This record gives sequence, C-alpha cells and structure tokens, in this order.
Amino acid sequence: MVLLELAFKSLRNRVFATSLTVISIALSVSLLLSVERAKRAAEEGFTQTISKTDLIVGARSGSLQLLLYTVFNMGSATNNVSWKSYQELKKNPAIGWTIPYSLGDAHRGFRVVGTNEDFFKYYHFRGDQRIELQSGRILEGLWDVVVGADVVKKLNYHLGDKIIVSHGITKGEGVVHHGDKPFEIVGIMKQTGTPLDRAVYMSLEGGEALHIDWKDGAMPTRDKMIPANQIRKEDLVVDEITAFFVGAKSRIDTLRLQREINDYKPEPLMAIIPGVALSELWGGLSYAEKVLRIISWMVVVVGFMAMLIALTTTLNERRREMAILRALGARSSQLVGLLVFESAVLTFLGVALGVGLSVGLIALLKPWLESEFGLFLGGPALTGFDFLLILITFSGGTLMGLIPALRAQKMALKDGLSVKL
Amino acid sequence: MNQPLNSKEPLIEIKNLFFTYEGQDKPTLNIPAFKVMPGENLFLFGPSGSGKTTLLECLAGVLQPNSGSLKILGKDLCLMKPAERDSFRAEHLGYIFQSFNLIPYLTVFENIILPLYLSPARKARLKGSDVQLVIRGLCGNLGIGDLADKKVLELSVGQQQRVAVARALLGTPDLLLADEPTSALDTDHREKFLKLLFEVAEHFGTTVVFVSHDRSIENLFSLSLSLQTINQS
Ligand SMILES: Nc1ncnc2c1ncn2[C@@H]1O[C@H](COP(=O)(O)OP(=O)(O)OP(=O)(O)O)[C@@H](O)[C@H]1O
Ligand SMILES: [Mg+2]
Repeated sequence: MVLLELAFKSLRNRVFATSLTVISIALSVSLLLSVERAKRAAEEGFTQTISKTDLIVGARSGSLQLLLYTVFNMGSATNNVSWKSYQELKKNPAIGWTIPYSLGDAHRGFRVVGTNEDFFKYYHFRGDQRIELQSGRILEGLWDVVVGADVVKKLNYHLGDKIIVSHGITKGEGVVHHGDKPFEIVGIMKQTGTPLDRAVYMSLEGGEALHIDWKDGAMPTRDKMIPANQIRKEDLVVDEITAFFVGAKSRIDTLRLQREINDYKPEPLMAIIPGVALSELWGGLSYAEKVLRIISWMVVVVGFMAMLIALTTTLNERRREMAILRALGARSSQLVGLLVFESAVLTFLGVALGVGLSVGLIALLKPWLESEFGLFLGGPALTGFDFLLILITFSGGTLMGLIPALRAQKMALKDGLSVKL
Repeated sequence: MNQPLNSKEPLIEIKNLFFTYEGQDKPTLNIPAFKVMPGENLFLFGPSGSGKTTLLECLAGVLQPNSGSLKILGKDLCLMKPAERDSFRAEHLGYIFQSFNLIPYLTVFENIILPLYLSPARKARLKGSDVQLVIRGLCGNLGIGDLADKKVLELSVGQQQRVAVARALLGTPDLLLADEPTSALDTDHREKFLKLLFEVAEHFGTTVVFVSHDRSIENLFSLSLSLQTINQS
C-alpha cells in the first residue's frame, strides 16, 4: 500500500531524528531485558546456591540461621551435633549420602570448614555442578587444606603455601592464632560463583588437631603444647560437628526423613529442606527486584516520551505534507494510520535493536561476568515473560503514536488545508 | 474531454451556503447563490481574509459547511459522509496551493503519480493509457519534461508550481481549484504559467477556479468575479 511506502520514505528522509528515537527506545528496551535477565540469573544463582541436597541438619535453632551458617558462611551455630548422633542417623536406610560440616575456625577473614572427601563428591550447586579443582588435589593428610577461588584471588596463594588458622570466626583482637600448627594448601577450587569460593576446607581431624592440646576451651601453656609433627590422624577422635548435609536415596523420603530427624530423641536436632528455605529467603528479598523492575519500566516510559516528543515536533513541520495528502484525497483516517504506522515502525526497530543489544551484549560479557563477579547467566536468553514485555513495549509505543496522530486529525478537520504557524 | 450529460448543467452550484469557523460567531461564508459552468476559467478575487481559501476548501470537501447545499457535478457534498467526500475529491478534483505543493521526500515523478495511488477511480480515468507516457507528456507540455526524476527540493519555485499543476491535472479531473498559485512568481513567469495552465486544462476539459487578491492577471481569464459580490457575510 502506498501509505506504507510513504511512511518509510518519510522516516528515511528524517533519518537522523528517526535513529535517535530508535536508539532511545532500544536502550530502554535493552535495559529492561537485561535487568530481567540479571534478576533471573540472581534468583537462579541464589536458590541454586546448593542443589541436590535434600536436607541440612544442625542443632535446633532457627531454620534461617541454619541455612545462613551452612550455605552462606554467615553467622554461627549456637550448638553442635554430636558425632554419636551423626553416626547413628547416618545409618538410616533412606539416606544415600552425607557431608559432615564443621565450623569454628577462620583464616584471615575467611571461614575454615572441616569436612571430608564426600564434600567434593556430593556437594552440588546450580543443578548438577560439582566442586572442581583448578589445581592440586583434594584433602588427604591431616595438615592439608583446599581453598576456594576467592580466597586465592584475594590473598594471592599458590599450591604448597603454608597457612595459619586462627580460632574463632572473626578477625581482630582477641583472636588466637594456631601459629604452631601450619596447614599446607594442596588444592585450589575452581570458581563456583557461590559462597563456597570464600572458604578454606580441611579435614575434620585437622580441625580436631588444632585443639588437641586445648583444655576447656583455653590455649595450652607453652610446656603443654603438642608439636604438630607428633600428632597423627589416627589418634584423633572427632566428637562433634556443626551440621551435616543429607542426600536421600529417593526424593519421596525427604519429608519422612525430616520428620524423623526433627523428632530425634537423644539430641534436639533440626532438618531443613534447603530448596524451600532458599526460595523463602529469596521471596523475602523480592522487594529489591520489584524496585529494579519499576525502574526499568520507568526507563521504557522515558524512551516512549522521547519518541512522543520526536513525533510531535516533526508533526508540526509535516502539517504541509498532511495537507497535501488531504488535498489529494487521502482520508483523515488514512493519515492517522500513516502516523501510527510510523511510530509502530520506530518502536519495532527500537525493540528489535534493544533485544539484539541486550542478548548480544550479555552473550559477549558472559565469560567476564562469570569470572569477575561470579554472576552466572544460565538459562534461556529470552523467556516467555520477556516476550510478553516486548509485546507490551511494542503495543505501548504504537499506541503512543496515536496521540500526535489524533491531534493532527483533529486540527485538520477543524482548520482544513491551510497551514498557519 | 469531460462531457457532462448536458452542457447547460452547472459544474458547481451553491445555494444558501453558510460556513462558520469553530469558535467564531460570524460566518466566514454566506453565499445565497453561485454557479460555475463547465469549461469556464473563473477568476475570483477578494482582499486578504475575505474567505477565498475557505470557499475553495468547502468546494474541495475538506471543510464541511454548516448549512445550505454545495453541488459539484450534480452531487451535493453537504450530504456526503467525510470518507465519500474524500474519495470524490480524489476522483474529480485537483488542488493547487499558494506554495509548498510537493512532498519533499518524494521525487517529481512520485509526487505527480501520488493521486493515482490514492484513488483507483482517478487512475481509471486514464482509461488504461500508459501512466509513464501520460506523465512524461504532461510534464513536456508544462516545460518540466527533464525534471521528472529530480528531487523536488532541487526545483525552483516556478518549476515546483508547474509540477503541482501536472499533479492536479493528471487523470483529467473535472475541476481544478487553485489558491493563489502564482503569488510567488514574478510577472513574466506568472503569465507564462497561467497560459500553460489554461492550455492543458482546456485540452483536458477541466474547469478552473482560481482565487487571488492580485487583480493584475484578471484579464487572462474568461470570467472574473469579486468574492464580495457573491459572499454576503
Ligand atoms: N482555522 C481558522 N479558524 C478560525 N478562523 C479562521 C480560520 N482560518 C481562517 N479563519 C478566518 O476566516 C476568514 C477567511 O480566511 P481565509 O483564509 O479564507 O481568507 P483568504 O481570503 O484566503 O485570505 P488570504 O488572501 O490572506 O489567503 C479570516 O478572517 C480568518 O480570520
Ligand atoms: Mg487564502
């Protein structure tokens, strides 16, 4: 149809103003989509901080507290789980595997976790991702430690470096260093993008060995100290851990297992389902994502306003053109159609460019975002919801074109063909 | 070439026409009776603000009179729906503005052919002749034969006005409405322009209604009237 051709030629004629409008729409659309994508990645990353673990078990306290000190390296446990209870519960035939988790020591601001080789075997995050080493090997000897990627980056460590573990979680005054018992870095973990990157891992016995010569929570005097080379792994008895992770043999057993652990008589314990707890926690943070979304919609509205201004100002210059078309017999509804079509073309180009910009830029920056910020942008580049957003943006922009178009129509019907300034 | 059924039948017939602009209390047009016969070259003059443009726009069916009847080719524009008036205008009328008649982002050729795209009825009036040839011929007659593929912004004002004539006359309309199209031209060009216009209009059998406040060209027309004698407002 000739009016469509006219619209294209007219837009091409005003290519500078047109491109600016398209770019402003494109930028706002790409911001909107990128925020959505980042939000999705953040939510996925957050709720998948730990996966495949059916239960986390610790001393009875708040479920949030348990989640925070096990999965997020935050806060501390008020009580421990005795080794005896752990061994007993482990025998439950519904349990497939467990990972013991012992907290309490730190290294230069990073937590030290006592665990065993099952940690490297069974701990999963982001679906089926497992801990991998970028160099070295996993824990074997008593004085071995494996360190997370962020620890290495921050403290610039290498394999074979000796590190000293301090008692207590915080840095600063009152912290006692176990200077007499240095550990050796035998493995360095690959970046996981989870709190795992910010911890140091040693064997359960290693943690025990640190305190072997301690009595009633106090440091030994110099003469009672047992030197490191006289301690052997076999001599150490672990009598408590902070928590443990459980993988059920079958998902169906999870709830029953949880109930059994919660009802465990010899010791007050608590089991939480990490997936549920993580979703709840994320839900509590969702106001932040709402604010983000509102802001990006506001940016889209500003983009539309730029288009509205561009269309309205050019409309004044184009009243002559409209009068000519009217004189040639174009219906006023056709002129409205022409202007709305123009804004539809502008919005379409803007949205298409915006989508390309957002998808392309994220694809380009993905490796960098992952390695530098641990922001893993998994999942599809565009979801059904994104398409809904795109559709809303497109219709919004097109409808926006109705405002100047109807204004032009009203003026034309009232004033006829004469164009007065 | 246009042959009304009865050549005694007026092309334009106005009775008790009233037109008032929105927000004004005095009518701009109040024409008790006015007729234009086919084939006439009518010169309508009147001072600025006397309602010349308003009358032309009523004749073109762009403005809707408040009351009365306005018949062109025996059809009353006042009784038509807006869309009907638009297609009537597209089929039967040519319109030339004082200046800026052309769409700047189209070529001369595209500007001239535009009415054929907007109105299939107008195209049908060419009775199947080759549009390219018709336009080249028309341009040749108007002395703009070599400009067809130029951008309109590269044309002089006089050339632009001749392109506007070519467009208004393409498809042999019954009535050509011209709103002071010569006011931007000097005296020499004015006369040349009008002679060409009449020549082509006569060839097509198109009636010309030409309004202006400048009476110096009056003698070139077959008929001259003062708007104030027919308009009682
Ligand atoms: N859109 C409008 N709204 C209100 N009044 C108008 C409008 N257009 C014109 N008028 C009034 O109608 C009267 C006639 O205007 P018109 O444009 O028809 O005059 P004209 O004879 O063509 O003048 P000129 O020779 O200057 O072109 C003027 O007094 C003008 O003030
Ligand atoms: Mg006028």
